[in-house]
Amino acid sequence: MSHEPGVIIAGAAETDRVGKLPGYSTLALHVEAAVNAVRDAGLAMRDIDGIATVSSPGPVQVAHALGIVPRWIDGTGVGGTSFLLHVRHAAAAIRAGYAGTVLVTHGESGRSRVGASPRRGSPSSPAGQFEAPYGTFGPTTTFTITALRYMKDFGLTHEQLAYVAVAQRRWAAKNPRAAYRDPITVDDVLASRLIAYPFHLLECCLVTDGGGALVITSADRAGDIARPAVHVLGTGESAEAPMISQLADFTESRAFRLAGQAAFAEAGIGVGDVGHLMIYDAFAHVPIYGLEALGFAGKGEAGAFIADGNTEPGGRLPLNTNGGGLSYTHTGMYGMFAITEAVRQVRGVAAAQVKIPDVSVVLGNGGAFATAGVLVLGRQPR
Amino acid sequence: MTAKPAPVPTPETQPFWDGCAAGELRIQRCMDCAKPYFEPRQVCPACGSVNVEWFTASGRATLYSYVINYRPAPGFEDDGPYAIAVVELAEGPRMMTNLTGVPNTSEDLVLDMPLRVTFEPRGEVYLPVFTPAGGEAGDDR
Repeated sequence: MSHEPGVIIAGAAETDRVGKLPGYSTLALHVEAAVNAVRDAGLAMRDIDGIATVSSPGPVQVAHALGIVPRWIDGTGVGGTSFLLHVRHAAAAIRAGYAGTVLVTHGESGRSRVGASPRRGSPSSPAGQFEAPYGTFGPTTTFTITALRYMKDFGLTHEQLAYVAVAQRRWAAKNPRAAYRDPITVDDVLASRLIAYPFHLLECCLVTDGGGALVITSADRAGDIARPAVHVLGTGESAEAPMISQLADFTESRAFRLAGQAAFAEAGIGVGDVGHLMIYDAFAHVPIYGLEALGFAGKGEAGAFIADGNTEPGGRLPLNTNGGGLSYTHTGMYGMFAITEAVRQVRGVAAAQVKIPDVSVVLGNGGAFATAGVLVLGRQPR
Repeated sequence: MTAKPAPVPTPETQPFWDGCAAGELRIQRCMDCAKPYFEPRQVCPACGSVNVEWFTASGRATLYSYVINYRPAPGFEDDGPYAIAVVELAEGPRMMTNLTGVPNTSEDLVLDMPLRVTFEPRGEVYLPVFTPAGGEAGDDR
């Protein structure tokens, strides 16, 4: 049991809308999300003294746009899980006294590409030399490449992989903000066009515009904020290979596992304590890897665990209750939306509200299994 | 049409590309812990030693995993659906590659099938790609 001061998520919000937003630049998405999150906390922008986000636009641009004078800055940019790492780093900074109240922002014009940076990598980078020449073309061609190995080694079927999208659509049906809400079947998924065999369109995430932001502060300020505090009970982070071809084992994510172990140990919890779970789902196999890495399913068993209905509405482990990247929204760096949904569930205000969880866990991914962050969030302090 | 992307070597990878141009798959190994590794770098990822050397790998590999890509990257538009594969070299390290001399279909590409390296010109360099080994163990014509 730690005697360090606790840290809370005091504010959490998304942009007014997510989806197709050609009227917003990347920076404008950060700004709208930030304004919404600070308002959600019942604070003013002048209360913020720490800033964290990814480049670009990066923390300096975002702080300047909002008139924030930071005394603590974090520009950690390690893909879609970066915002989970920002929460972790902010918690450490608040405990150390380097910042009092930190704003974490995400905004991405992933679909409309307004004010977005170019995606091309350098031909002399490791990936430019050893992957791009073989015709890789974004995450659909790299993140997906582990799946056939997993399927052969552990017997995961095409139908089980497809069912991940079916289960998440059942959550999305309850979320009015979700991009896709109509029910789908395994046959629908397998009949959708092939993107990168064995992945069909409906097994790949959306590409959308949107943003989200969080306000992180010390638990002793919980009385000053407008909403029920969401306590940051434990956090973890790790990294593996920046190139998918160099992942040590295509049937598991070391980074997922290590980040999860760190977060669960710090929080002093086990899988049985978790009432709600968010796992980054850029593609249908990622929740399978995540469930196994965190210990919710044995190795090779997560596909059946999902197909048996455990993670969908009515199941015992609600997973990706906003509909996830597969059906809700996926701007490119989805991690922020996994956190905002977990905050809503712990507060009891989610669109597809489950029995209010004492503990919610968020697993974020960056790149293609390259980085991971895990947050253990709770209604009560440790 | 856009050309397929060509690698631009850096000083620490130049010996690899020099090997490809000579028709050899040259990778590195640690002289302290003996582990071979890829991608090229000046330190052993297994033990941190800087006491490393280049050697010529056998060129034999097996098919570790792949996707068949239906949304071609720039330069690949005329190829039809093509496999992006990861192969495991006989020496242990893995690398991404393309598969030639075999239809790029899920029926023809069977995980763990034996492969051997061959080289294709690409820009200023030769690119290692892999082809079925033909069933004869150690066949690396």
